[in-house]
Amino acid sequence: MDLKEFFEMGGYAGYVWTSYGLTALILLWNWWAARRSEAEAQTAARRRNELALERSS
Amino acid sequence: MSWTWFHKLASPPHAYRILGSLAPWFGWASLALILLATWWGLVKAPADYQQGDGFRILYVHAPSAWMSMFTYVVMAVAAGVGLVWRIKLAHAAAAACAPIGASFTFLALATGSIWGKPMWGTWWVWDARLTSELLLLFLYLGYMALRASFDDPQRADRASAVLALVGVINVPIIHYSVNWWSTLHQPASVTKFDKPSIDLAMLIPLFLMIIGFQLYFGWAVSRRLRGEILRRERNANWLKEAA
Amino acid sequence: MTPRQKRMVTVVAIVAGVGIATTFALNAFNQNLLYYYSPTQVHAGEAPASRAIRVGGLVENGSLARKPGSMEVTFILTDYAQKVPVSYTGVLPDLFREGQGVIARGRMDGNRFVAEEVLAKHDENYMPPEVADSLKPHLDAANSAGRRST
Repeated sequence: MDLKEFFEMGGYAGYVWTSYGLTALILLWNWWAARRSEAEAQTAARRRNELALERSS
Repeated sequence: MSWTWFHKLASPPHAYRILGSLAPWFGWASLALILLATWWGLVKAPADYQQGDGFRILYVHAPSAWMSMFTYVVMAVAAGVGLVWRIKLAHAAAAACAPIGASFTFLALATGSIWGKPMWGTWWVWDARLTSELLLLFLYLGYMALRASFDDPQRADRASAVLALVGVINVPIIHYSVNWWSTLHQPASVTKFDKPSIDLAMLIPLFLMIIGFQLYFGWAVSRRLRGEILRRERNANWLKEAA
Repeated sequence: MTPRQKRMVTVVAIVAGVGIATTFALNAFNQNLLYYYSPTQVHAGEAPASRAIRVGGLVENGSLARKPGSMEVTFILTDYAQKVPVSYTGVLPDLFREGQGVIARGRMDGNRFVAEEVLAKHDENYMPPEVADSLKPHLDAANSAGRRST
């Protein structure tokens, strides 16, 4: 396969690659945001546990 | 009729554990499928007889448009279940769906706009399909804003659930807009009670991408829902072991 | 009724109520939701003559003509029942070709529609060129049948 031809996308390079790039960006953002949402809640829960332990001892 | 099984499944510790073990499967499977479908759609699938290589935008546009509607239905059903059975987990699931759905809706609008410029000759028109999809984005954003405006999680749950249910009418409108009214957007190629209007060689990567997106949604919603559960179950005893 | 059943009825009532209200509203505003008029509607006088409108149809085969030395093109829009001759000056979208659906925005000038903007409407069919060639006669028939019914 001709690589140059592939990247040119029959003259639609700008449109096709922008679309796929934007999709990658949104999927990565979702991945990062979901991970962060879970991790933040876990850290907060862990901290609450430690505080509760300190208070009880 | 006994609902005990239902309530047991919906118990936060149970759900937290199950989601935690499901998420990696969703994640890796979606990654594999999305990569495969991207290669298939960009390289292996033949160019279209009318649009040439420009039609390859279909493989990101149609799955994100599909997911924007699918996510809303999941969100509305979860909100309805939360209202009727008073299940906090269902409300949490609805809340977890909203940002994911909003991002898919934005992606569908943006890729559609990029596709429309060379093919239709315009970035945007106010036809029934495009306008109702834009309304969907505002519904997601409104849902999230409404949730954020309450301090009391229980009141946030109920108010936002009503909004989610009211907005669900927009989903059939989006889907059938292209049949009910004259629009610039063409009618459905796949989701109709007929043979798909896409050649099989072009249809396979589309299906792979849709399944990949679906699994990706499963991953994202699992992660977000686990976060929601932890935030809501502040003082529960089971957390001591789970966290 | 238990409280749970009451809540169930409420939820069903919300969805059904909004559904019915929306149906009525959309029916009332049906005309405003149409993005374009067909040539038949234009001939029947359903499209307002005083303001700019959109007319959608197929570009009739063999009707496209370019004025030499200018950007002006003329073509005929058809829905297989009625025809509207169109003139337009400007850049045409990639999908504009004879036999394809287009939507023109502009106003009627006598019998001629003077377009300020021409958008291409594509159909829901995707296929490789080889398949399109082998399907050509069949596809044309299917397309014309489909257009006539809408």
